Order: sequence, then structure tokens, then C-alpha cells
Amino acid sequence: MYRILAREDYSDVTFMIEVEHPMMARAARPGQFVIVRLNDQGERIPLTLADFDAARGTVTLVVQAVGKTTMQMKAECRPGSVLQSLVGPMGMPSSVGRPGKVVGVGGGLGVAPIYPQLRAHKENGSYVIAVLGFRSRDLVFWEDRFRKVCDELVLCTDDGSAGLKGRVTDGLHQVLEHHRDITEVIAIGPAVMMKACSELTRERGIRTMVSLNPIMVDGTGMCGGCRVTVAGKMKYACVDGPDFDGHQVDFEELMRRLNRFRGDEKAALERWRKHAASCNLRRGISEES
Amino acid sequence: MREQNAAVRRGNFDEVALGYNLKEALREAERCLDCSRPGCVTGCPVHIDIPAFIRLIRAGKYREAYDHLTEDTVLPAVCGRVCRQEDQCEKDCTVGKKLQAVAIGRLERWLGDMAIEKGWHQKHAIRPNGFRVGIVGSGPAGLACAADLARSGCEVIIYEALHRPGGVLRYGIPEFRLPDQVIEAEIANLLRLGVKVQCDTLVGRLFTLEQMLGEMGFDAVFVGTGAGYPKFMGIPGEGLNGVLSANEFLTRCNLMGAHRFPYCDTPVNLGRTVAVIGAGNTAMDATRVALRMGVEKVRCVYRRSREESPAREEEVRHAEEEGVEFLWLTNPVEILGSGEGFVRGIRCVRMEMGEPDETGRRRPVPVPDSEFDIEADSVIYAIGTNANPIMGQTSRLELDKRGYIRTNERLETSIPGVFAGGDIVTGAATVIQAMGAGRRAARSILNRLGVRTC
Repeated sequence: MYRILAREDYSDVTFMIEVEHPMMARAARPGQFVIVRLNDQGERIPLTLADFDAARGTVTLVVQAVGKTTMQMKAECRPGSVLQSLVGPMGMPSSVGRPGKVVGVGGGLGVAPIYPQLRAHKENGSYVIAVLGFRSRDLVFWEDRFRKVCDELVLCTDDGSAGLKGRVTDGLHQVLEHHRDITEVIAIGPAVMMKACSELTRERGIRTMVSLNPIMVDGTGMCGGCRVTVAGKMKYACVDGPDFDGHQVDFEELMRRLNRFRGDEKAALERWRKHAASCNLRRGISEES
Repeated sequence: MREQNAAVRRGNFDEVALGYNLKEALREAERCLDCSRPGCVTGCPVHIDIPAFIRLIRAGKYREAYDHLTEDTVLPAVCGRVCRQEDQCEKDCTVGKKLQAVAIGRLERWLGDMAIEKGWHQKHAIRPNGFRVGIVGSGPAGLACAADLARSGCEVIIYEALHRPGGVLRYGIPEFRLPDQVIEAEIANLLRLGVKVQCDTLVGRLFTLEQMLGEMGFDAVFVGTGAGYPKFMGIPGEGLNGVLSANEFLTRCNLMGAHRFPYCDTPVNLGRTVAVIGAGNTAMDATRVALRMGVEKVRCVYRRSREESPAREEEVRHAEEEGVEFLWLTNPVEILGSGEGFVRGIRCVRMEMGEPDETGRRRPVPVPDSEFDIEADSVIYAIGTNANPIMGQTSRLELDKRGYIRTNERLETSIPGVFAGGDIVTGAATVIQAMGAGRRAARSILNRLGVRTC
């Protein structure tokens, strides 16, 4: 059981939880992920670490409530409540390499996980640029955190209410036009976004690392559910990754494989929504009486 | 042994082999000749004193029989079910030379089950010796190692990466061959010896072997992580949705409860027809779990013939009785897709047995122009595993060419104080071989620590 110490909501779907796990807080490195399980019937879901603080003894997860388990987390995770299982850190840590000029592109669920990577690059002496995408101004989070570890920050919003009007790929394109000496791009977010970023850098020959998020069960190399094709070879994202060279990843296959349980996921979500609604109804009635 | 009727059992997860009743157990125990030089003991990887416990059964001293048995094994109810007795103890049975060998495994299971039913515990006077040993992995190797170390007085902590202990016993072997309740009861016995089990702990990543021997204060470590990392064939179409490893399939069902989806969150969604590739015990488990998930048609595809199948004869027979269709001498050459990223079938080629190769085993060769397609909504690979890379990635452990941990005959690794055994050393093998390795490692650890062993 792992206690949740803090929670903050960033939008109607995005929220942050800080969980107590002193040993993991010490062991965690940028790029690694954890597996969370809520209860005895619960599935095991992988989430990339958004932060870790050895001094506080905590790890931070930023979650987007888009499926059954993440919706349930949004409803149930509160300061003082617990996660039944929290395993990790898993996967190979990202390699920081020699100092250079690094761009981190984060969109959707990839905004938070790009943060520890950029912090590590900053500490390593690199010139750091962040390109972050949000729907609109009021959904922007962690701007202050990013400003602290970045030399430049490019915000992109769908409606133009903050920063650049457009997608992160537009932001990345602008940065690549402006800086001709970028040594590395890191892209984390939906597969389609990572693919688009990799296409932008391919012709310029800039090393591009992406963090893959395939379906997993155990997260320890045992089930093979997370296999991806990289440079024509089969890799297991959980133990061989999750970071891979974006120019070598078969994104089409990854995107197809992410749809593997589409029907079941929808059914599970519907079932949970009904259950949650009836619980709320019951709670409402008992509060009224 | 009595079995659940095949037509009924393919629709449930209840145990297939029903076990002996008292009369059956006594009749079987009577058949033992109590040889002066028993072949069965030599055939047993953990050298259980078989004639002695059978003698006690015959004498009606069941409790004593159980106590005697558990001197040598911590998991009688597990091993009585899943050991390959026909290749081990029962192979060298004197009765077996002329008649059917004494059913040692069934008697072992009968005692183990009786202990669970009656709530018997293994009682051993333990004198703490002050040493602490950490064990990585709670599968059969780790459990066996832990039991011996705990009995000798060591403080033992087992670390397990999954959320429930048991390793392959839990995620791999299905309920109808090894009920959860049996694993639960036998692990509970281990906890009574003072062993602690900490789940949700991925050693290597959360802390390293070096940290265990250093700041965490362990005097020795045993690594029994199992082989992991399932193999695929490398033919086209393996990335399609609906292609999965037997490990993934069995884990979703056995550990995560996919047969109760959506009550349990984890889906598996097999479709109407399933093809399992391979014909080992894991393949048999996969075919039979698929049937119980309500799949209409389950086929097993294997490139050699039934005689060469590595599965236990009993497992193949059970699968046949339950309605699995076997395509012997058949090899997949391509997984066929639906056009939307999902599997629709397999293109196969017929095989015939060719000349023996350098190992003396006849090699299957494709028959020219014999390609044909079979329908499948899911394709489950059960063709073995490669070495799991995590321990190698996170320590200075010396590995062999294939990535398995290198040890000497005492199961010492290249790091002093770290021992390893089971599938992560030998490659995929059996439950009892892993237990045997765990016990050998325990002896070596006790030797190293200078603890006198009984």
C-alpha cells in the first residue's frame, strides 16, 4: 500500500498525485516508469514518472483520465488514500550524454514526463528548450517548473490563448528553424505526435528519442505484450526501452497495437461509469436524508 | 486418479485431477515394495525419502508421514500436482519395471491436500543464526531456497516484482492444474517458518544486488527470477493484434483474472478461434485455458509429431479429451492479417521428419508446396523464452552468451555472496528442477556463511 500525500488538478481530465515511496524516490531516474494497480480486481497500468524527490521520499505521477482505471484514479485518489500497488522504477533510464542543445517536446500525457528529462539535461550543462502543447491557456500546468530548468520555453495552444497558436509540431518546427545547432530532440506524448516530431527531425538528421507507451501487463519483460518494432527488430518497451530512436520506430504498428483492446476498454469504462453514477446517486440520497 | 469429465471440465476452471480418497491412497501405498535401495529417492531432484513416507501412510500415521515428507519439500501439494514424476521418482520405481509404477506424486499430493484440509503446519524448531539472506523472485526456486534457509535459522526476505507471490506457479500454471488455494496454503507454511515476502518490488531497478549486500545488510542473496522474455518466431505478422505469448495470455487469465472481465479490469479477448503454437506443457495449458474462456475452436500447431511433443503425456491427453485439435507436423510461415491490424489466420506448411541432426534428434523439414491456411482470431506463442535482461542490466553479474546468469557447480555467481538458480541459470526447465536448484543454492549459502546444516 502506498500513501498519496498530495493531489492537484490541472484540468477536467489531468491531475497530479504525489505518492510516498522513499526507496523509489531514491532509485528513480528520468525516463523510467511505474506500474499502478488500484485494487484486487484492478489492472496493471504503466505510467511514466513525472517527478521524484529523494528528500521528500515521494514520486509524482501526472495522470490523464481517459480510460477506466485512470477515471477511477481521478475519482478515488485523494491525499491520505492509497494505491494498492506501485512498482518500479521500471525500464532503462534515459541517457543524458554529452552537453549540447536539447529540445524537449511534450504533448498531452507527455508534458509532465518530459520535465525530469529536461532537468537532467540542464544539470548536465545543456542549453534546454521546451516545447509544450495544451488546448488553451487555463490548462497550462508546471510552467514555473519548466521555466526553472529551461533556457527557452515555447508554449503551444490549440486556440492561441497562450504562446503559439498551433500544435507542438509547429512549435518544434519554429525552434528547428531558429536554432541550427540542436543536438537532440526528445518527444513524449501520443504516438501520432511522436511520429510527427520524428518526421520533422529526420530530414535534418537530429537524434530524436521517443518514450513509447504500449500496452503492458507485468512491465518486467515477462509477457511480451509491449513489443514494438525498432529498426526492423522486435524490442520489449518495458525492459529494452521505453526510450527508443524515433527515426527507427514503426509507429504505424505501435498505433495499431494500442487499439488492441479498444472494444473491451470501452465496455469497461461504460460499466464503471454506470457503477460510479449509481454510487454518487446513493451518496446523494443518504446526504439528503 | 479420478478426473472431472472432459465435456464438463472444459467449461470450468475447477481442478481436473480430483485426487485420491483414503481408500485409493491406501491401496496405492500398499503397492510400494519398500525397497532396500530405492530408485525413487535417487530419481527425485530433492531426494525425498519416499519409501519412508509411504510406509507411514500404510501404517495409518498420516500426520507423521506429512512431517517426514516436509523434511525434504516445502510444497508437497504443489509438487504432487506439477512434478514430472514419470521422468523422475516414478521412472526408477522397482514396481514400475513390470507393472505400473507406484503413483508417488499422487500420494504426495494426497498428504499435502490432507495437511491443507486439516490445517497441519510444518513444525520445526528454528534457532536463529543471525544471518540475513535476500531472495529475488518468489517462484519455485526462491520458495525452496527460502524454506531451507529459514529452517536453518536465517532471516529470509523474498522480493517479488508482481503483486502476488508464487512466480510461475501463480501466473503460469492454471487454476485447473494448480488451484490458487493450494499455492496460498503452501506459501502460508513458509511464512510460518518466519520467511517474509515483499511484493511489488523489482530488484535491480528499485535497489541493486550490490545495495542488498551493502547498505541493506544481507549476508547473501539468491537470484531466482526465472527466464521470462518470451520468444517469437520472427515470421511476418507477429505484430498484429491478437498475436500474444503464452506468458501474456496465461498471466492475463491466471494472475489478472481475465476470465472474469469486466468484473476484473484486465481483458484478453480471444475471439472465436485460437491457435497455439508449440506443444510443451505451457502450450497445453494455453490451449486448455482458451477452451475455458469459451473459445469455439482451439488448435495446437506443432512442427514435429505427437511422439516428439515435450509436454507430459497426461497433458496432451487431457487437451485431446477436451477437444483441442492438434495439427502435428505443421509449421506456421506467416500470420495473416485482416487488413485492420487484427489476426485472421495462419499460413502453415506441412512438415515431415527428416534425418537426425548432430544432436541425434530428427529434424522436421518442410514438405514442398504444402502450404495451407487456417483460421484464427488469436495466435498464442508457446515456443519458449529467452533470458530476462534486468539482472544483467543492473549489476556486474557475469552472463553466458545467451544472457543467462553464469554460476559454478555450487551455484555461486561472479559476485561473491550472490547465488543464482532455476530458469535464469539453466533456461526454461521444470518446477521441481527449479526447486532443486533453490535447495542446492541454500546449501551453498549456508556453507559460505559457516552454518552447520542438518
